[in-house]
Amino acid sequence: MTKKVNRADKATRNAAYRRVLRLIKPYGFWVVLSILTSAVAVFAQLYIPILAGEAIDYMIDVGCVDFSGITAVLIKIALSIAAAALTLLLSGLCNNKIAYSISRDLRDSAIKKIQVLPLSYLDSHPTGDLLSRIIADVDLFSDGLLMGFTNFFSGILTIIGTLAFMVSVNLPIALVVVCATPLSLIVATFIAKKTFRYFGEQTAARGAQTALINERIEGVRVVQAFGHEEKNLTDFDETNEKLTATSLKAVFYSSITNPSTRFVNGLVYAGVALAGSLIAIRGGITIGALSCFLSYANQYTKPFNEISGVITEMQNAIACAQRVFELLDAEDQVPDAEDARVLTETDVDGTVTLNDVDFSYVPERKLIEDFNLSVSPGQRIAIVGPTGCGKTTLINLLMRFYDVNDGSICVSGTDVRHIMRNSLRKSYGMVLQDTWLKGSTIHENIAYSKPNATREEVIAAAKAAHAHGFIKRLPNGYDTVIGDGDGGISQGQKQLLCIARVMLCLPPMLILDEATSSIDTRTEVLIQNAFARMMNGRTSFIVAHRLSTIREADVILVMKDGHIIEKGTHESLLEAGGFYADLYNSQFKGLAI
Amino acid sequence: MKRILKFLRHHKKESILAPAFKMLEALFDLLVPLLMADIINRGIASGDDGYVLTGCGIMVLLGIIGLVCSITAQYFSAKAAVGACAVVRRSLFERIQALDFSDTDSLGTSTLITRMTSDVNQLQNGLNLLLRLLLRSPFVVFGAMVMAFIVSGKEALVFVAVIPVLSVIVFGIMLKTIPRYKTVQTKLDSITQSARENLTGVRVVRAFGREEEETREFEAKNSSLRSSQLNVGGISALLNPLTFVVINVGIIAILKLGGFEVNTGTLKAGSVIALVNYMSQILLELIKLANLIIQITKAMACAQRIDSVLEMKPSMSFGELSADDADSDIAVEFDHVSLTYTGSGEASLSDISFTAKKGQTIGIIGGTGSGKTSVVNLIPRFYDATSGTVRLFGRDIKEYDKQSIRRTVSTVMQKTLLFSGTIRSNLLWGNANATDEELWAALETAQAAEIVRSKPQGLDEPVEQGGRNFSGGQKQRLSIARSLVANPDILILDDSASALDYATDAALRAAIASLKNELTVFIVSQRANSLIHADLILVLDEGILVGKGTHEQLLATCDVYRDIYDSQFKKAGATA
Repeated sequence: MTKKVNRADKATRNAAYRRVLRLIKPYGFWVVLSILTSAVAVFAQLYIPILAGEAIDYMIDVGCVDFSGITAVLIKIALSIAAAALTLLLSGLCNNKIAYSISRDLRDSAIKKIQVLPLSYLDSHPTGDLLSRIIADVDLFSDGLLMGFTNFFSGILTIIGTLAFMVSVNLPIALVVVCATPLSLIVATFIAKKTFRYFGEQTAARGAQTALINERIEGVRVVQAFGHEEKNLTDFDETNEKLTATSLKAVFYSSITNPSTRFVNGLVYAGVALAGSLIAIRGGITIGALSCFLSYANQYTKPFNEISGVITEMQNAIACAQRVFELLDAEDQVPDAEDARVLTETDVDGTVTLNDVDFSYVPERKLIEDFNLSVSPGQRIAIVGPTGCGKTTLINLLMRFYDVNDGSICVSGTDVRHIMRNSLRKSYGMVLQDTWLKGSTIHENIAYSKPNATREEVIAAAKAAHAHGFIKRLPNGYDTVIGDGDGGISQGQKQLLCIARVMLCLPPMLILDEATSSIDTRTEVLIQNAFARMMNGRTSFIVAHRLSTIREADVILVMKDGHIIEKGTHESLLEAGGFYADLYNSQFKGLAI
Repeated sequence: MKRILKFLRHHKKESILAPAFKMLEALFDLLVPLLMADIINRGIASGDDGYVLTGCGIMVLLGIIGLVCSITAQYFSAKAAVGACAVVRRSLFERIQALDFSDTDSLGTSTLITRMTSDVNQLQNGLNLLLRLLLRSPFVVFGAMVMAFIVSGKEALVFVAVIPVLSVIVFGIMLKTIPRYKTVQTKLDSITQSARENLTGVRVVRAFGREEEETREFEAKNSSLRSSQLNVGGISALLNPLTFVVINVGIIAILKLGGFEVNTGTLKAGSVIALVNYMSQILLELIKLANLIIQITKAMACAQRIDSVLEMKPSMSFGELSADDADSDIAVEFDHVSLTYTGSGEASLSDISFTAKKGQTIGIIGGTGSGKTSVVNLIPRFYDATSGTVRLFGRDIKEYDKQSIRRTVSTVMQKTLLFSGTIRSNLLWGNANATDEELWAALETAQAAEIVRSKPQGLDEPVEQGGRNFSGGQKQRLSIARSLVANPDILILDDSASALDYATDAALRAAIASLKNELTVFIVSQRANSLIHADLILVLDEGILVGKGTHEQLLATCDVYRDIYDSQFKKAGATA
């Protein structure tokens, strides 16, 4: 069973590798250049110790130093330095170009993907998760790629080159190095395995503490209101002690790796020194060659460590890439039909019909079944029901954020599935309770519905939404930048801006989530007036909280637990004595004058 | 640097031992090339196998001593860094808990949490590296130079020339790149924001058909990020080649000079090898040092952020009087109270005066931002009045002890919050010694008994972080119960019934009204009908008390109140 899973894992992993190669393909030229330059750099770098050794061999003893020989070698060294420096720089630049371009390409495709993903996907995946795929995962991937390009090829080439040079100069010493090197890898892996457990414990302890901090600091006001500080500190100390103990182990054991591999490296060095010296005494090699061996021995373990680092890093990077690919591979929304028409403003007369509509988010749980509704131009449809009854479902269907499972929704007689999405959505003006604004200026936010609107038009819309007053008082008026957090304006003011945004374009039909919950009741009255003007002659769907809106509606849809359970006018529903009548009696009776 | 070092003050011993052992290790490292030179110059030259063997044996011995020193250093350094950060985390937590509301307002809880978590982690890494490398790297660089002087005074001059040039290159590149990396980070933040907006605002984006513009905007920011990355990457890419050139030019100089010296007999070939070796060691250490400095710069920024929290002093001081045994017919009195929040230009409350008698129910109503919450936040002394006096049971609130005020005045806040644990553990926040009967009584009053009964484990039903496994209305009712368990003299409900339907709201008010009659209740609400039966209603408008009286009185005299009332109850259509 697990074997099967592993095989499947491997298959997707291989697919991911192939896909990464495809991403790299457009930068093939740079890849080739990078490999060539790093090859030259590696060989030039490896050549220098040999040349230095030759130079030393010209310094045999007092009075018999071969100066012309030394000069010739030094010139060669200088040339090697120049070649190595130049190619090092070039390969560095190539690697940067490849890694950063690929991460840009990936992010561009991700954002394009987001625009065509069905809402069902976006609604069911936490924003934080998607965001971390687009930002953090792409970053980790490109870091891994950059490291791979920088260290992987040059590492392998260094190993091959060093081996070749060593074997060609003296086989026995080369064998000492080759046999001893894996030792450092073994030590490193051994320690890594040991520390892995401690890191796991550290992560768990840190997670527990972060959860506690999150909760207690976020709720610090409640903590203070109940004088719970002392008890909190005891709880905190408990997690803190645990974290400190596990951290100490994790940090200490992981920091042993470096000294240990350095020690093994020192042993290799001593081995080379011993073998080399003994051979040199017997005239097997020159002192210069010995110096060359010594410097190789010093550096030889480095590429091994780097490559093993790169391999873990690359595995991590591929895992990140897979997460990005998952997003990119998600199924797109159904594309606009080929014969889909563009709905112009003159086409929209305001008739909306729902015929035998079936809908559910998940097949097991039917929400809307056999629902029929016919809306004539200019009618007001109020949707009422307790919180969480699924009022947004209807909005989702009207805006075609979701498609019906069965039946059809027609606007001006055309099935919405035969209308270009863009034009369908533009014929609705939508104000949702969730006040979303862009992190840009107030002007741009209002003009979101009509990007080329003049300042005068924007001001007029803001006035109509009763937002002009507070905007004027902001430090930069309409040019004030509002952040994605709250940027200094209140929830109520945000709602006013969302209303102004719709006021500016005034499409023929409206969808209003009676978005006035955060606005004080007096401003709300003003907005209601504005809404009333806006609704005049426009077909409107209103998620209604206020009695006046409900009573004035031409049709009231009563929703409960996601179902539309009643439909009718205020009077007919009261007469029917059903859920609406109960709702009305418990909430409004005796209050209305 | 001082800023960072002071965190180590509780771990002085470790903080001295760690770098000391590290330097000891470096010393043994530095001896190896000298030893090797000796092996070559004497052992090989005289063909003495025994000498070579001894030399290599000593080399292994040096390695072992070095390993022991290094591991000892790593241990002390880990202990100091981890220990220091445990202390930092604890003092941060303690400090944050003690901060006044106005301080937490200005910082925001999310920043505070970041400081306690990721900033402290960065600090720990920085301290650890600092202890291990800060003294070691310069020690090796200068040690190598000293060794060069021991070998040959003339050759050492090459080192004297190379070290400053290398330092200029390494630190110059760092100085150039650090601000550019900051630019890259800013641009990354900007595309993150852009992506987040596209995700959270997907409905609005699509409703207005702005997909293409959004994509273009993102792509432009994305390209600009790439250019910045290439820019800074290009500068850092210079580091390796440049240092490589300098070091190897140094090696050329050593070889050239070495030739002359060997010829005159002042130097032997083995010593030339040692000098070349020292040169390479310098390069390695300088690169380490550059990395270290980047890490320390980051850690310093974190230390600065941590410090700014630690340095905050709670701005309030409390008296000694216990509010528990205070007794007076007048529970709360506001005497010409004004409040201006720190950092805000405008007053949130201006000249508010009223008296709440013991056992009364006080309603507070007004629009958003009219100052309702500000009034009730003064009663448990979450904030201090900027001018005027708040009196609790006839005495200035500043005379009371903090914990006793919080026991006497229980507030159910607008944003209700439960804590992970069980329903019982949450209720016990109000009073750790409450019996089950008392808990159930409070739940009944808060209309929350049903919620608990419907749970399979009753009072022991688990509560997840922040109470996210309960709905808004359930959380509100459980929070009210939690406050009732505390058995306070004054109960404040700050819009705490907003998520309840009208019927439950009414039942809740009735149940609270039937409690012991000394309980003074403040109810903040947007709904006029929640307050109709209050003994006193305060009407606020933009921080000014514009009306004070019973429902009937206000209806007759107060325009703002009438407006509010009408906007909620007038017959449909009348407003159009």
